Amino acid sequence: ADIISTVEFNHTGELLATGDKGGRVVIFQREQESKNQPHRRGEYNVYSTFQSHEPEFDYLKSLEIEEKINKIRWLPQQNAAYFLLSTNDKTVKLWKVSERDKRPEGYNLKDEDGRLRDPSMITVLRVPVLRPMDLMVEATPRRVFANAHTYHINSISVNSDYETYMSADDLRINLWNFEITNQSFNIVDIKPANMEELTEVITAAEFHPHHCNTFVYSSSKGTIRLCDMRAAALCDRHAKFFEEPEDPSNRSFFSEIISSISDVKFSHSGRYIMTRDYLTVKVWDLNMENRPIETYQVHDYLRSKLCSLYENDCIFDKFECVWNGSDSVIMTGSYNNFFRMFDRNTKRDVTLEASRENSKPRAILKPRKVCVGGKRRKDEISVDSLDFSKKILHTAWHPSENIIAVAATNNLYIFQDKVN
Amino acid sequence: MECTLDAQSLISISLRKIHSSRAQRGGIKLHKNLLVSYVLRNARQLYLSERYAELYRRQQHYPDGAPLLAMPACPPPAAAAPPELAALPLPADTQDREARSCGAARGGAELLEVPVCAVPPELQRAPCRDSSPGFYRAAGSAGPGGGGSAAPGLLYAAGCDFASGGAPHCSSRTTVLDLDTHVVTTVENGYLHQDCCSQCPCCCQPAPGLASPPPAPGTKRKYYPGQEEEEEGVEEGEPGGGGVAGGPPFAPCTKRARFEEYSAEHPQDSSNISNLISIFGSGFTGLVSRQQADSEQPLNGQLCSKQALASLGAWTRAIVAF
Repeated sequence: ADIISTVEFNHTGELLATGDKGGRVVIFQREQESKNQPHRRGEYNVYSTFQSHEPEFDYLKSLEIEEKINKIRWLPQQNAAYFLLSTNDKTVKLWKVSERDKRPEGYNLKDEDGRLRDPSMITVLRVPVLRPMDLMVEATPRRVFANAHTYHINSISVNSDYETYMSADDLRINLWNFEITNQSFNIVDIKPANMEELTEVITAAEFHPHHCNTFVYSSSKGTIRLCDMRAAALCDRHAKFFEEPEDPSNRSFFSEIISSISDVKFSHSGRYIMTRDYLTVKVWDLNMENRPIETYQVHDYLRSKLCSLYENDCIFDKFECVWNGSDSVIMTGSYNNFFRMFDRNTKRDVTLEASRENSKPRAILKPRKVCVGGKRRKDEISVDSLDFSKKILHTAWHPSENIIAVAATNNLYIFQDKVN
Repeated sequence: MECTLDAQSLISISLRKIHSSRAQRGGIKLHKNLLVSYVLRNARQLYLSERYAELYRRQQHYPDGAPLLAMPACPPPAAAAPPELAALPLPADTQDREARSCGAARGGAELLEVPVCAVPPELQRAPCRDSSPGFYRAAGSAGPGGGGSAAPGLLYAAGCDFASGGAPHCSSRTTVLDLDTHVVTTVENGYLHQDCCSQCPCCCQPAPGLASPPPAPGTKRKYYPGQEEEEEGVEEGEPGGGGVAGGPPFAPCTKRARFEEYSAEHPQDSSNISNLISIFGSGFTGLVSRQQADSEQPLNGQLCSKQALASLGAWTRAIVAF
């Protein structure tokens, strides 16, 4: 099993897609709930597996292009088939996932070997009949959107018009139409004329959930820009600029690194955006640009460990963040296979662990606690015993129910609300 | 504020990261390297401010002043962990002054080390930095030099004196490869200059569908993609590698391109680190190459081009070629 690099529920929550470092996509489908087995409340089973991207080599630049799937985004379902976008560093692909559970039988045009019979030997016209067969799920690439990004793609986002989507790399954002693969519009370009003057890169981008003209993108400097595509063809000038002034007392060698935003997500309502930087999650109101309305400390005990985290490269880890269906709870990952949830209304938070040893199927997850100093209580873990190789970067929340998917390196955990 | 790492270790760690990022699968990650460059800048600022402070203290003790201008103190070798740092590079024309300073330094404060004198001569002919305030000049000029943002009373001269001795290698040059258009732009001290390889026929096509950056004044050379292939087998610091396969002929270069000669195999190579400290600016500015050690070899156009291209490919790809 390979390291999971992205997790995403579809719009109904019936399907859950994961992408991994090997370029594969695995789709899970939720079982139909049955009266016979009420305790199996819709478990997720493997539905389809396919190889989305292969490693490539750019001969012009002598660069290997990784096959790792950076992001998967579902399209809303419009017919019996499912459609999703998957992307690696350079190429976005539209995949169609469809079922086949019938096959035609009764052809009399071929003999048993499969060879065509001589037409003069055929005297009867037989119309084939569709008979049921074992369910087969097939994935076919419907579009390949290539050669539009010089830098590494970090985000894709489907527009609410369901006709267009955008792909963002370090310096540019392109707008695509699903039907057209040989053209894209460049809507954001922050590349300086002289690369020596480069000071920031784009780290994530997302369309507004309802307004098809609006999108946001975050930067490595900890800022978010909201752009309106109606204003100009090239959205280099933002409509809104979200930035919180830096706290000078927290200044360190690594201030720039820990302020870099690794993920940005609109709330389902479209009223808020959430950003994740290395130590915090912040919720911003779109109507207030000068500071976030809420800031949550994910693992502030790491602030004194930034040196070692820089040495072992952990400080560059890009954590994602997600909203629950009602925008009342936000979730993000941490180290030691911990993940954190923050209830925005009650202001309570919880730390949970995704690990086989600590959770049997259908057992309740026990809250965890990190001890930051002084006397360590029995169930607490001290900061120095945290395993930094076990990181939860990717999580997903079902769009309407309390079901979460947590990717812990190469394992996928799915947790549900307790059934009474 | 920080844990056990000091500025020097941070700098060497950061350089190692940048260097190893070149070998990573999937190409150089622009975002990560940008962040590492910020750490480098921060560490450099701290290191330099410590140097200024040290120098200022020495000036208080030794009011005769001149020799100490050239000899910022180095940490005693007893501190084994941080790499031993040589003093900042000096312009070529001050060699005799260096000797004098060196001697004076030896007789100077007990903390003063001699690594500067031990620095190979080519290091001392390293290029000046353009506008970095961290540049020391053993010119005997007391008082604050021109420009610069350091505190008054500190003895340094900001800016690079190109006129000094006309040393052939005293120029700062940064070479940038634009991955979109495959155009190489060489910027010297803030303005473009004629590249010695400007006669090279261009044979790359810019990637389709991408907007080209606005044309900049000065000469640009199309980058021949085959050259990059050569770079793979060339270690930094080696002369010319196997040569450029099928490369176009070049006119002999009057100015040679340079490259950084720090290497991951010598993380303790303090002289390289001090070089970078003096020339490193924010972002990617200031990653100026310095002369290769074996530049004493007689120049011929072919060697020049091979060296230039080998090193050019190496460093433009590492730092700016994204």
